[in-house]
Amino acid sequence: MAKTLYDKIWDAHLAHEAEDGTCLLYIDRHLVHEVTSPQAFEGLRMAGRTVRAPEKTIAVPDHNVPTTLDREKGIENPESRIQVEALDKNAKDFGIHYYPVTDVRQGIVHIVGPEQGWTLPGMTVVCGDSHTATHGAFGSLAHGIGTSEVEHVLATQTLIQKKSKNMKVEITGKLRPGVTAKDITLSVIGKTGTAGGTGYVIEYCGEAIRDLSMEGRMTVCNMAIEGGARAGLIAPDEKTFEYVKGRPHAPEGADWDKAMEWWQTLYSDDDAEWDEIITIPAEEIAPVVTWGTSPEDVLPITETVPQPESFEGGKIDAARRSIEYMGLTAGQKLSDIEIDTVFIGSCTNGRIEDLRAAAEILKGKKIKDGIRAMVVPGSGLVRAQAEEEGLAEIFKDAGFEWRLAGCSMCLAMNPDQLQPGERCAATSNRNFEGRQGRGGRTHLLSPAMAAAAAVTGRLTDVRELM
Amino acid sequence: MDKFTKLTGVAAPMPLINIDTDMIIPKMFLKTIKRSGLGKNLFDEMRFDGEGNEIADFVLNQPSYRNAEILVAGDNFGCGSSREHAPWALLDFGIRCVISTSFADIFFNNCFKNGILPIVLPQEDVDKLMDDAQRGANATITVDLENQTITGPDGGEIAFEVDAFRKHCLLNGLDDIGLTMEKAASIDAFEAKASQARPWV
Repeated sequence: MAKTLYDKIWDAHLAHEAEDGTCLLYIDRHLVHEVTSPQAFEGLRMAGRTVRAPEKTIAVPDHNVPTTLDREKGIENPESRIQVEALDKNAKDFGIHYYPVTDVRQGIVHIVGPEQGWTLPGMTVVCGDSHTATHGAFGSLAHGIGTSEVEHVLATQTLIQKKSKNMKVEITGKLRPGVTAKDITLSVIGKTGTAGGTGYVIEYCGEAIRDLSMEGRMTVCNMAIEGGARAGLIAPDEKTFEYVKGRPHAPEGADWDKAMEWWQTLYSDDDAEWDEIITIPAEEIAPVVTWGTSPEDVLPITETVPQPESFEGGKIDAARRSIEYMGLTAGQKLSDIEIDTVFIGSCTNGRIEDLRAAAEILKGKKIKDGIRAMVVPGSGLVRAQAEEEGLAEIFKDAGFEWRLAGCSMCLAMNPDQLQPGERCAATSNRNFEGRQGRGGRTHLLSPAMAAAAAVTGRLTDVRELM
Repeated sequence: MDKFTKLTGVAAPMPLINIDTDMIIPKMFLKTIKRSGLGKNLFDEMRFDGEGNEIADFVLNQPSYRNAEILVAGDNFGCGSSREHAPWALLDFGIRCVISTSFADIFFNNCFKNGILPIVLPQEDVDKLMDDAQRGANATITVDLENQTITGPDGGEIAFEVDAFRKHCLLNGLDDIGLTMEKAASIDAFEAKASQARPWV
């Protein structure tokens, strides 16, 4: 029978299936961070259980860690410090792989996994974090789980699951200049809505997806969760194998050859059946920004803030509330919106190509007076590479703060936060009320668009600066 | 986990769509290493102003709804972050059941792990229950999991669907891990086979 990529990975990981269709799915990689794991480890201790597969379990602190250059002096907030210390202890007690804050390989869990070769095609990958979807870029089935499920995976290396439906999102043709992976993924959510993917696993395909680098593909899959999908997938190809080869935990020698044999079968069959198909021509995608407090509130930068009455049902009130929260006026040009903060980083856009794209716009320019701008690389290794390539100098010369790796202002659990009423152009993934700090206002956009906004002090069409 | 069998309680209306887990429990309360005590910060930024004073018109601050045990919510409730702190906060506040037209996937799963019943209903049924919930202290609804029915204040009954395995776990307060451990032989067998087929994993 013809299968989708999701079907193939699912079938290869089915450890048990009950008569009612409830399945035990075997998990190949379990990534762990400090915020959603302490209660799970505590649960294991209380029940006298161990970690079933410590060799498949990888931990790194990222959400709470300070990103200022003086972070070796420790974490000031006692609760944040206790959480990171708890992860230190749990990693040691249970014998799992660990990248402590002091390790140059430390960074955002979804950047460290692929960087170290833990994430490989055809795997099942979970983490107590919704942006686990990122790893789908390798053709692995990857999704976020809650803390009870973290404990379940630690104890049994499986998850209780029912199969999702298959959705194909095809981006045909070529992207126009100035349009990036971030614009693709936001535009898809704009079309489907934040609940459009609920109950589905999405496979992204089409020429524009094939043309993306691995890093661009990670950006696309990262935000599958923002469209409501359980996971986003992209079939592995030569770019994937090239990216994976030689990484610290990638297979070698005979194992590599054996892996390649299987990996090359990981694609959706031509006659596979889809429950839903969405097609978007790449040339219709523009550089976009969000105007509201849901990732579905997205429009090309050339547009205006919409009228709430232009929506239907509950969205009318939601849009009204968003526009008020964001301090905007319906009909206002998006490119007239002035910002005071710029954040470049996160598991969505904190990789080296993201920094290159932003630096390309900033080269030889200064950020507008009064703007607070920061770059938070996704990992210590991304930071080191950016320094080697001279990107750090470009950012610093332009007036950006050059930080250490972590989640930082994407969710503002560490001291990097917006003050009430502050407005931020952010390369992260969520523009929810209060996401970057109580009363803070977030506009999501690509790294190049964020750099352009830093230069002009307002949301800006990056094509004007190219 | 506490059993969920039959619940009769006040239902609070929250018609806003896309209520995300950042709204349910903002990030500064995720720094705990415990599961308990989060109820006081449930919906913190909607419930309290910057100085910690109650915002009078927020539904759970209104006298009729302070002891609500059921939420009737707009579409796509619980979207965003995977934080299980969201159901922990709801449970600690006393909410045992949420009714909406749709839920985000991870939040939906997390509810069942904590003895909370999320119920998906068609728009017209949610609209009806939302109207019922607007009746303040008279908005008492009964949710019967065994029979899969919701009874409104006027006695009208609405049937709902629930996954059979999850229903069984809720009715009996069963721990998932214990159930899975009973299938250890299947997991062992799978692992042995997979390590031959995919030795690099």
